[in-house]
Amino acid sequence: MNTASRLGRPERSGGRLRWRKATLVSARQETASARTLVLDVPDWPGHLPGQHVDVRLTAPDGYTAQRSYSIASASGVEITVQRVDDGEVSPYLTDIYDISQSIEVRGPIGGWFVWRDTDPAPVQLIAGGSGVVPLMAMIRARAESGAKTPFKLMYSVRTPEDVIYADELRQRARDDGGLDVQYVYTRVRGSRVGVADVNTHAWPKDFEPSVYICGPTGFVETVADIMVALGHDARSIKTERYG
Amino acid sequence: MSTLTPGFGGLRRKQQPDLPPGQYLAHDFPVLSAGPTPRVRTERWEFVITTETGEEKKWTWGEFTALPYEDVTVDIHCVTKWSKLHTGWRGVPIDTLMEDVETAADYVMAHSYDGYTTNLPLEDLLDGQAWVAYRYEGEALEAEHGGPARLLVPHLYLWKSAKWIHGLRMMLEDEPGFWEEAGYHNYGDPWREQRYQGD
Repeated sequence: MNTASRLGRPERSGGRLRWRKATLVSARQETASARTLVLDVPDWPGHLPGQHVDVRLTAPDGYTAQRSYSIASASGVEITVQRVDDGEVSPYLTDIYDISQSIEVRGPIGGWFVWRDTDPAPVQLIAGGSGVVPLMAMIRARAESGAKTPFKLMYSVRTPEDVIYADELRQRARDDGGLDVQYVYTRVRGSRVGVADVNTHAWPKDFEPSVYICGPTGFVETVADIMVALGHDARSIKTERYG
Repeated sequence: MSTLTPGFGGLRRKQQPDLPPGQYLAHDFPVLSAGPTPRVRTERWEFVITTETGEEKKWTWGEFTALPYEDVTVDIHCVTKWSKLHTGWRGVPIDTLMEDVETAADYVMAHSYDGYTTNLPLEDLLDGQAWVAYRYEGEALEAEHGGPARLLVPHLYLWKSAKWIHGLRMMLEDEPGFWEEAGYHNYGDPWREQRYQGD
């Protein structure tokens, strides 16, 4: 069959993923509704930036719930949870889950939406809301590895108060000429991200960037379509959608 | 064995007897794809079944949509944990598409227009268990959900229901598809919670 292959191959993975006990070491309130959990996970095998973990909570009566969360850290296991007001898991993790308590995690999961410091292409990150989390892992991994790969982040968020990692992003962009961070405040200006934003803030197609887009489904659909329309090779665009 | 989480459970949703383990009920229709949504025009669309000897059977969009179809209501389960119950689809049963195909293969690789692949045992596609679906809830299937047509194999996790389906390739021996190669389970039965290799 003559299928033009647009997708590459994901990372090959082997071995069984088992549940590991994860204990909350510390936590940071990132915004009014987003909290970063720093977890101690004994024997964590390590991960690539962009991968996620499955989280399992078990109530004292045996009731369990599972969710997937992107890993925010380059090393160690930190996840940033955005509270969904009518959710059953995220409000627990943002409001109730306390230091030294344990949950279970397994991972890392996903070998496709990942960045490797051996990839020489410039990187375009495009975040919608809490979609910034796995992209932050890439920014942190780049810094940890000492890679000089030029990175741009375009971060669409409702208001400046909704920016996750605001201080850290400001500091990193200030101290590192290879990292450019641009914000689009959609609530402030009253319109969603459009082709003009992408034209202004993203690497042009001639730079052949590796593109990572993460956010709500509608946002990712819109931005990925714009990137393709602007001439970026669909094979260079990796997406992660939620909700 | 499992770690108890004190204080968790107060916000639990009403237990859903129809849900496989580890799943929760979604009311919207989330989208999971590895890249941009391909826009496949129906004038250029074709569906191809390729046998292990290289023989091909092809349908254009017009030929395909003229085939006898079924309207089915099924539950769908995504490995990312959401499930959606009682979803309505129109599609052509794989039984119909395989009617004149001669094959000794036990396995199938589904190929999509974006290059995505996923592998399945042929027997899981037959006997009224799978369709090439092209309408969802009474409307043409939207591109972001796999339109113009997608595979629908509701008894397996939804990554097996390849979006933007282009064809099926018969295989004498099993090979891993896109996510299967990346550590997801080779078979993917949600009721046995076969999410990842070794589950």
